[in-house]
Amino acid sequence: MKNFKMSPKPVLKSLNDYPMGSSMPSFHITEGNAGWRVYRPVINHEKCVSCYRCYYVCPDGAIHKEEDNSFHVDYDFCKGCGVCAHECKLKAIDMVKEA
Amino acid sequence: MNDKFLNGNEAVAYGVLLAKPHVVAAYPITPQTKAVEKISQFVQDGDLDCEYMHVESEHSAMACSIGASSVGARTFTATSSQGLLYMLECLPYASGARLPIVMMNANRAIATPWNIYGDQMDIMYALNSGWVQLFVEDAQEALDVTLQAFKLAEHKDVLAPVVVNLDGFVLTHTYEKVSIPASSEVDAFLPPIAKYDHIMSDEHPMSMCISAGNHQNQGFKQLQHEALFNAEGVFETIEREFSTQFGRAYGGAVDSYRMDDAEIAMLTTGSVTGTARVVVDELRREGIKAGLIKLRMVRPFPTKRLLEVVADLKGLVVFDKNVSFGYEGTIFTNVNSALMQSGKMLKVENVIGGLGGRDIPHHEIKSAYMNLIDKKNSKQVRFSDEEVTA
Ligand code: SF4
Ligand code: SF4
Repeated sequence: MKNFKMSPKPVLKSLNDYPMGSSMPSFHITEGNAGWRVYRPVINHEKCVSCYRCYYVCPDGAIHKEEDNSFHVDYDFCKGCGVCAHECKLKAIDMVKEA
Repeated sequence: MNDKFLNGNEAVAYGVLLAKPHVVAAYPITPQTKAVEKISQFVQDGDLDCEYMHVESEHSAMACSIGASSVGARTFTATSSQGLLYMLECLPYASGARLPIVMMNANRAIATPWNIYGDQMDIMYALNSGWVQLFVEDAQEALDVTLQAFKLAEHKDVLAPVVVNLDGFVLTHTYEKVSIPASSEVDAFLPPIAKYDHIMSDEHPMSMCISAGNHQNQGFKQLQHEALFNAEGVFETIEREFSTQFGRAYGGAVDSYRMDDAEIAMLTTGSVTGTARVVVDELRREGIKAGLIKLRMVRPFPTKRLLEVVADLKGLVVFDKNVSFGYEGTIFTNVNSALMQSGKMLKVENVIGGLGGRDIPHHEIKSAYMNLIDKKNSKQVRFSDEEVTA
């Protein structure tokens, strides 16, 4: 499993740097949430069809699409809520108990 | 242009028809029902090409509105009372995401005792939700302001949701002659909704209503606060444009009646303004220099405009159709704060009335005015029936 990390993390120095509203391309302006997690979502790339559904619904923008059209979870920011796994129509995301 | 005999609900429905929203998501509730019923009829008859979502609750009505608006659809919903309270959780999501949704609220009492009639307790719960708050007095104004509300919400300097408040029954169910603007003229006034960067599309997928941590969260709120302030000036510009095109003007955020040389005045929101206007004329005939201030916008609060209007007053009574239990009428609190900020020491009184649809008779309005002069009742904050019994 690739331990994907979104970088660089956007820096908001002044109000002019802020995006309009609170819907935006997946990136992280929140603090790390990893400590909250009991189960981690693991994307099965064999099953995934890159439909964006998990990306849209992740409340923390922790799912990111890479150049090659593959979807990855940034585990520094994923809080383990399971919304993505619940919403994936292809059951391509497994919630796996953290060690 | 043609005239129709409509109640306030239907007037809003005609406004929505002319505004051509892409999506209407609503749940019927008394006294708003007729508005959404009429809109669904327009859709059913093919007069309005729009996705009408008959959702299972008000919470879903707002959630669906948020979804629709987040992909750039012009979106409308309507609610009232407990329904508004049920959707309350979603309101700051809409405003925080800067989605230009327009909503009609039929102002109705809040339980308990349960009651379906009109007062303005309901919307006061939403005052801090980041929505622009407008109040209208009659059916024509309801239609006109509905059109203006879309333009205001969608303005690039605002991009905030707007609620248009109509007093339950007194306005939603009273029939009046309403002039319906021609569709072509409305199209010129209200062009299709613009495409904004924060609106999502297949080409620009987004994470919705993302979280922002301890440090950055406040910045978003600051920007929202600024945008809401912008709404006052934009609203006045839009109203001027509207009056040029349609020949009807309502005085912007703060309308005034016979205020030029007034010494005492009442401040009202919504339909009670009509009764107060009659009382002002009568007081004037008796030689009393009375005036009337109709507050049309409660968020953003038009402090500067209000201070201009009250500049020469000796006494002001604020009529609140709501009470903040354990304190006073909410509009009164807001007016007082504006006066304090300016350092103006004006004698201000608060009369709370019309709760649960209780009639607000002419003599109660009149004695509220007279108390500013004869001081029969020494209570600064009081209920309207104390005007009569005191
Ligand atoms: S919802 Fe499922 S199929 Fe769609 S992108 Fe996410 S993991 Fe892949
Ligand atoms: S588990 Fe929750 S936070 Fe983590 S990626 Fe899925 S939706 Fe996002």
